[in-house]
Parts: sequence; C-alpha cells; structure tokens
Amino acid sequence: MKIKRAYRVWQRHLTVYTKLYLSSIALNFVEPILYLVALGLGLGGYITEVQGRPYINFIAPGIIASSSMFATVYECTYSTYVRIFYQKTFDAILSTPVNIDDLIAGEMMWGATKSVLYGIIIIGTISAFHLVDSALVVLVVPILFLSGLIFAEISLFCVALVPGVDSLNYFYTLFMSPMFLFSGIFFPLDALPPFVSKIAWFTPLYHLTNICRSLAAGHAAQAVEGILWIIAAAAILSPLPFHFMRKRIVR
Amino acid sequence: MEIITAKDLTKDYDGFRAVDRVNFTIVSGECFGFLGPNGAGKTTIMRILYCFMPPTGGEVKVLGHDVTKDPSLVKSRIGVMPQDDSLDPDLSVLQNLVVYARYFDIPKKRSSVMAKDLLGSVGLSEKMNANIRSLSGGMKRSLLLVRSVINDPEIIILDEPTTGLDPHSRQMVWKRLSELKAQGKTLLLTTHYMEEAQRLCDHVAIMDRGKIIVIASPQELMDRHGGNLEDVYLKLTGRKLEN
Repeated sequence: MKIKRAYRVWQRHLTVYTKLYLSSIALNFVEPILYLVALGLGLGGYITEVQGRPYINFIAPGIIASSSMFATVYECTYSTYVRIFYQKTFDAILSTPVNIDDLIAGEMMWGATKSVLYGIIIIGTISAFHLVDSALVVLVVPILFLSGLIFAEISLFCVALVPGVDSLNYFYTLFMSPMFLFSGIFFPLDALPPFVSKIAWFTPLYHLTNICRSLAAGHAAQAVEGILWIIAAAAILSPLPFHFMRKRIVR
Repeated sequence: MEIITAKDLTKDYDGFRAVDRVNFTIVSGECFGFLGPNGAGKTTIMRILYCFMPPTGGEVKVLGHDVTKDPSLVKSRIGVMPQDDSLDPDLSVLQNLVVYARYFDIPKKRSSVMAKDLLGSVGLSEKMNANIRSLSGGMKRSLLLVRSVINDPEIIILDEPTTGLDPHSRQMVWKRLSELKAQGKTLLLTTHYMEEAQRLCDHVAIMDRGKIIVIASPQELMDRHGGNLEDVYLKLTGRKLEN
C-alpha cells in the first residue's frame, strides 16, 4: 500500500464531494439537529436533569458521536457499494497505478474524513447554543478520525460480505440501531441491567460517546480509557476490509 | 521487440478453468486481437494483463515486468478501455479525464490541456462540462477511449471496444484506433466482430473455451482455411462466432 496512491482516491472523493456537498450535508446535518431539538427540548421538558445537567446538555455531546458515525457508515456502506457494483468506479481506478490496497486505504481515509467533517459541524452547532461546558471538546476532532476509521473498517467489511445491496439493511437493523440506542447517548446505561453496559463496552459508539461527553464537560482524565479503546480497535480491525475486499473484488 | 509474453497462463474461478494454459507473444507496435464468443476467456486474459487480478498459474510479462510483482509500474505504462461503462457519473466529462490522470500523478495543469486536446479529437469539446448521463452510448465509448490514452501509454488494452455501437460510431472508433497504431502504440483488443479483426489486427488469437486454438494473421488464416474469418472460425471450432 502506498499512501500517495490512497491519497489520490481520497482526492477523487473530495472532488465529488465539493460538487455535491449541499445535498449530502442536509442528510447528515439536519437529522442530528432534529434529534437534539425533538429529544432535548421535547423529552427534556419532562426530564429536568440527568447526571446533574439539563437533559439537552446531557445528549448534545453524544450527537457529535452519532452524527460522525452515521456520516462514515453511510459513506462506506451505500456509497462504496454503489461505486463498486453500479458505477464501476473501482474497476476504473484499478486500471490505473492505484492497486486494491491503496484503493481500500483511500476509502477508509475518506470515510474517516467525513467523521471529522460532520463532527466539527456538530461541535460548532452545540457550542453556539452553549450546550458545551469546556473548550476541551476540540480534542474530540482528532479522535473522530480514529473512530471514523473503525466505522469505515466495519462498513467496508460488510460491503465485502453482502450478496446484494438489500442485505446491508441487516447491518443497520441488527448492529447500527442497537448500538445507537444503547450507546449511552440518550440515557445513562447504569439504569439498565449490568449486562447491557458490558455488551456496550465492546462497541465503538459507547466509547466515543463517553469521550465526547467527558471532554465537553472538561474531564479529560475520564476520556483516557475510551481513547485507548478506540486506538486499539482501529488497529485490530484494520486488516478486515483489506482482506475481504481483496477476496471480493480481485478474486 | 516482444512487449507482452504469456507462458502457460491459467486462471481458475471457484474450480472453473476460465483460461487454460495459453501462450502468446505480442510485439511492439502491432495490433493483436483475441477472437471468440462470450465466455471464451478473452476478458479474463485482458484483466490479468492489466493487473486487475493475478493469474492462477503461468507467467505473464508486460513491458518486461511480471504482472504480479510490479502491477503499479505496469499499469502506469498501459491504457485500458474496459468493456463496461466505468465513467464517473459524479463528475463532468472534463473532470473524468483530469481525475483519472491524477491517479497517474499527472498534474492538473498538464492533464487539462491534454484532456481538452483529446476531447477535441473525438468531437466532444462542446460536451466538456456536460454530465456523463447526458452522453450517448457512442460518446461514452469515445470518452472511455480517450481516457485510456491520457497517460500516453505504450500499450492500449481494449475490451470489446465497439460492442453495442451503431455502425457510424464503430467506424469512428476504428479510425481512432488506426491513428493510435500509426503513432506506434501497441494495441490489444478483444472482439467477436470478424470485420473488426480483419480490418485492424496484424495477428489474431482464436479462442474457444479458455484455450487458444491458433494464432496467425487474418490473411494467413483465410489463405490456409479458405473463405473469410467467419468461415475459418466455424471450421476450427465447429461453432459460429456471433452469439
């Protein structure tokens, strides 16, 4: 794998993105704001405080985590699938000096970039509404690249395995939705039986949510465990997309 | 000078032998055609030559380099026109060429100039900023063809360059291929059109079920077996070529 050739793939995605970003921003940006308003204000009207904070302040940092996650996962599942099987973009790129490993690395880098991009948008928005207590929240930005890599790795792995585009629904229903609901974004998991948080500990969103919430509150020390988890998971999962995509595409 | 050599080239997919111990040599500056019906193994050979996938067995050298060892180097010096439309629908006509050139590390300044020249040569100048979806089938083929030469390759691999085209567009592609050959490029194409092979190719390899039955010039084959290439094919394989 050569970083420069992976960067060429990343550049292609950036070129396309700068052309189409308005329509795509709406998809990833409006939705998290809706969650924040509907749940934060709507539900927040009934729940006065969670862990000593107004409910909307409690969920706001979690929206950084979920929004960045969905940006990457949509990109590296549906968009990647379309590029491979409908648009034949992979075929075209692979007939240039870019090889399959460069291409997969480029997809991952771009997926992670989207996490950073959408994370920054949410950080800016919730800061503007004074929903963040500490400037330490900016430390989330580099971590979003790493968590973005994890989500890209999992998504590309799924794309390499699914027989058709419809099968990606299983991934969303059986993995993404439960992870989203039980990540601790909307309620502290200690209210549930302990096995729930034990399972959640194995999912990246749980840790990313903790990191975002800790840093937004100014408690850097509480973010350390999560950060180590994210680094380790990004590294451990990295061979997955390369191995399975090579098998699926090159044969 | 030998520019491509394949020795006992074999490719298996899930237990099915798509290409069965084929041998061929292609010399610099010639037009070499692989002739055969769908499923004969033509596309598989092309894909191995442009390093899309590795062979199961045998040895393939392109420009002196083993395709499995130096894929990027090989690919930087060849051009590929695929069978499918692999144009980028998210980009304009001009962007398609510039972004493609970028994979070859060709700077934008140079690729824009080259791209505009190439678009002019196939009558697509006015479509420069058009959406790919607005192009006709013939225009898309022309664009794929000029995209394949954006890196000024020594070898151009064309997988069924005129399949599905109307007679006029086909003539346009043939004319363009003759020009490229006149510039000294080595052309490698697959086809199931006899007329195409007869008109363009110096040598043809007749393929059937993963094997090469014979390699010769179209004229030699017709002299040896009588009739036109169509008859030759029927005699050698017992089957008709066009499906």
